[in-house]
Amino acid sequence: MNQAFLDNSLWRNIYCVLAGDSAQCAARDYSPGMLPGGMEWLAFLLAAAAIVGLFVNGVLGGVIVLIWGERRLFGRFQSRTGPNRWGPWGTLTSVADAIKTMFKEDLVPAEADRILFNLAPILIAAPALMVFSVIPFGVGTYVADLNVGVLFIMAITSLTTLAVLTASWSSANRIAILSALRSVALLISYEIPMALAVVGVIMLAGSMSLGEIIQAQGVPFILVQPLGFFVFFLAAMAEMARAPFDLTEAESELAAGYLNDYASMKFGLFFLAEFMAEISTSAIITTLFLSGWRGFDPIPSHFWFGAKLIAVLFVIIWFRMTLPRLRIDQVLKFAWKGLFELTMINIVVTAILIFIWPQPTTAQLWYMAAVNWPVAIVSIWAVSKLLGTPAYEQTQPDLNAPTYPVGSEDIPASSAYVPEVKTQTSLQEGGD
Amino acid sequence: MAIKTQPVTVNLGPQHPSTHGVFRMRVMFDGEEIVDVEPVFGYLHRGSEKLAEERTYTQIVTLTDRMDYVSSMLNNQAYILAVEKLAGIEPSPRGVWLRMIAAELQRIASHLVATGFLIQDLGALGTPLIYAMREREGILDLFEMLCGARITNSYLRPGGVFMDAPDEFWPALDRGLDDIVRTIDELETYLSGNEIIFSRTKGTAVLPPELLINASITGPMLRASGVDWDLRHRAPYDYYDKISFERKLHTASDNYARYWVRIQESRESVKIIKQCIEQIEPGSVRPSFDDVPRLIRPPVGDAYAAIEGSKGELGFYLVSDGGIAPYRMHVRASSLINLTLLRDMLIGGQFGDLFVTFGSIDLNMGEVDR
Amino acid sequence: MIGLGLPRGFIVTLKNFIRPAVTEQYPDRHVGLLGAAKEAGMNPFQFLIKKPADSLKAIAGLATVPVAVKQSSRFRGNEFVFFEDRCTACASCAKYCPLGIIEIVSVPGKIDAQEGESYKLEVFDIDIGRCMFCGLCVEACPYDALHMGTSFERSKYVRDELIITKEELFDAPKRPSSFYRPQFEENAFDPFKETVDDFHDAGRHEQPSAEDLKKKWVDER
Repeated sequence: MNQAFLDNSLWRNIYCVLAGDSAQCAARDYSPGMLPGGMEWLAFLLAAAAIVGLFVNGVLGGVIVLIWGERRLFGRFQSRTGPNRWGPWGTLTSVADAIKTMFKEDLVPAEADRILFNLAPILIAAPALMVFSVIPFGVGTYVADLNVGVLFIMAITSLTTLAVLTASWSSANRIAILSALRSVALLISYEIPMALAVVGVIMLAGSMSLGEIIQAQGVPFILVQPLGFFVFFLAAMAEMARAPFDLTEAESELAAGYLNDYASMKFGLFFLAEFMAEISTSAIITTLFLSGWRGFDPIPSHFWFGAKLIAVLFVIIWFRMTLPRLRIDQVLKFAWKGLFELTMINIVVTAILIFIWPQPTTAQLWYMAAVNWPVAIVSIWAVSKLLGTPAYEQTQPDLNAPTYPVGSEDIPASSAYVPEVKTQTSLQEGGD
Repeated sequence: MAIKTQPVTVNLGPQHPSTHGVFRMRVMFDGEEIVDVEPVFGYLHRGSEKLAEERTYTQIVTLTDRMDYVSSMLNNQAYILAVEKLAGIEPSPRGVWLRMIAAELQRIASHLVATGFLIQDLGALGTPLIYAMREREGILDLFEMLCGARITNSYLRPGGVFMDAPDEFWPALDRGLDDIVRTIDELETYLSGNEIIFSRTKGTAVLPPELLINASITGPMLRASGVDWDLRHRAPYDYYDKISFERKLHTASDNYARYWVRIQESRESVKIIKQCIEQIEPGSVRPSFDDVPRLIRPPVGDAYAAIEGSKGELGFYLVSDGGIAPYRMHVRASSLINLTLLRDMLIGGQFGDLFVTFGSIDLNMGEVDR
Repeated sequence: MIGLGLPRGFIVTLKNFIRPAVTEQYPDRHVGLLGAAKEAGMNPFQFLIKKPADSLKAIAGLATVPVAVKQSSRFRGNEFVFFEDRCTACASCAKYCPLGIIEIVSVPGKIDAQEGESYKLEVFDIDIGRCMFCGLCVEACPYDALHMGTSFERSKYVRDELIITKEELFDAPKRPSSFYRPQFEENAFDPFKETVDDFHDAGRHEQPSAEDLKKKWVDER
């Protein structure tokens, strides 16, 4: 049993209760376990199974609670009550929804590529779960503390797009394909600012391990890295296709996009994955920028993590309830012309600060924050000036001006009424 | 190296969350750009105009409710004006004031719905829509107080309205007007300064005023292009000549301008209602049955009366052969005529703007198909 | 792209987040301990001691209290109110119905030397399934025999049950709407609390006195 596993209190507690007279456990004041000596491998396997079961079921339970909570919050934001009928305060509504989803007829379109069509829900749900393996939910409560944790998260979350592409391609639906193409465009554009936004955090912490990043946060990095947080938050919203970047399933345009042809539990898996992504994104933001499970002493670390997670979730839901959707060209423009530049500014400023104060102490982190905030505000203002749409200068026309000659011969013939329609053939011939 | 692309034809509707009813568009895309649009409608055709030939003049009021079902009071008003013109009925003053109040309330309700759904099409997940609908509920409560129904009112009768407003209506109306102003303020704080809405609606689907006049577009769509054409001002019907109000115009003629004109017009409607409350006079709300019997037999002839509806000029053309039912009824449905420019607005635009532009016309399939 | 407009929007949504909900729940709403105690007519402590099971339910958020929907008394609703004693079987309602869903069959009834000839209703059916509640039949009724109802719950499993007959109309509780019936509004009649039991109360027209009759039929001739 290697040392790193035993540092993890979750592992240690389960393993040492099971394992027999393991010397390592005895060294940490554990009494001999339930299994006879020499069965440490079984204890290891059982502990692994128990932890995976705990995490998967915990996440699924969290999703059920989140669906209920999100709907209640939607209701409150819209002056409604939200679900309140089934169970105390409507808490069983999402359970009822889950049962309903499972018992629906599983339809597969006739034209669909069956293998890919069935594979896509698994492809989307598995990575969404895998992200949780590196997130520390409290002191010593994690599955694995990878030394490339941030990189792992970046890599895993990108897999979502593959699943979306598979789903839309296999369902042989044109609207779904439009949504998949949007999804790919979104991923390519927002992966870069998202990764670059974390660079500042990694530079400050000097490590990619999430555990060490939390250890480095004497001051929560949201204060030290406001620009990084701003970009990361927006890019994460785009990554999980949330409002205002919900172009992939834009209900009012694409009527659910790639989900169009899915029914029953296959749809349910997509739905689950979407909410798991929401939880994992909030967890990552909490870990990277809100100092994870750190807090004041008498309250356990898990509560701190949970409270911060819920706060981030609330902000995400608030965003979703308030903002309308951006158009695809604006979304891409925003990523390449706005967020990308902001991350660059952030990296340069952070690098200079790190050059001045290598291995920053808490006091030095506050100095960095004092430098970073003005930089953030000025650069965001400048970018919004450059990218924003100017307001109308004059709206009210002169009421006393002569009116248009209604119904007279002076009206010029419409040029726009019979536009030059590009047909299929003309497009094919005139390729540029 | 040229990349060979091929346009894709997609069928949107008739069952689509954003088509405001049952409307179908066959859209050809080149990537995200719209190349061609073919609107298909008629899914909600109920033959109201033909049905009217079998109904008495009073019974047709119930059919007009169901044409544009978000502004039934305005439909009633246009129809009743046509009947009064055809049969030469002198309306009683209190009835006219009451129906003006009802019509202006309905105009606010309709504009609120239009604004809410426009933002819903922009993808705001229902929040502003529900704020707008919440206020519309207040207006519908007032209608329930007036005539006992919320949407299919049938409040108006030839010569006035069927019943006077109850006593509790007037304080409720005062409160309701304050609420409406507050909600419009709230919507404006939320929407008019919102950069996302601004960047999405500014400069999209711009139509030149000449084209709008040529296509006989009316209503907020026309006024958003700077053409000062409001029938309440140009050809006052009822007592609009005794009312002073501002005509709100915008010059940009894009989706934002249309939204802006609607919001400002709602404010003006509140002012009009306040003036109506000041000027309303006591008396009977409809002429006695000796003057205007239940079964009207207008003289042989025809009449056309139009009002400034919430969506444009709403006109009813009636032909009488001297019987108890019209020989022919025709509706100048503003939604249908405003829809004719859909293709011009959409071609060359982005797919994301398709339903926003569609929503900015503020059409109602009940009126388009009738 | 990011300016002051977006934060203002966030503040508007947050203000509405704090505002009480406008949803009207029907037929009942969930209440906490205070609401349940108020419904039972005692203070919360009494309620806790006297009805522990109900209080636990209320604390768990499972207690419900019925809600009365706020309606205008002019509401044009279901379950027409019909006074057979007032009806003369003139069939005005059937004539005025735009959809022709009222079916009336009448036969000559008793012939009374004093009151004259009267018709007796054999059939009086209203097909609610096609009714659009425009109220023209009520407006047409010259003797205030037919009134709009005020309820709205009349869903049925079988379409035929939607046709309400004379007997059903006669037996139903009489809660007439004051739509086109100003006499109810003048008397401040509340259809959601009271019923009209006597058909005399339902009409605008008072029965002529003997003097009036004499004046009309004897003196003027």
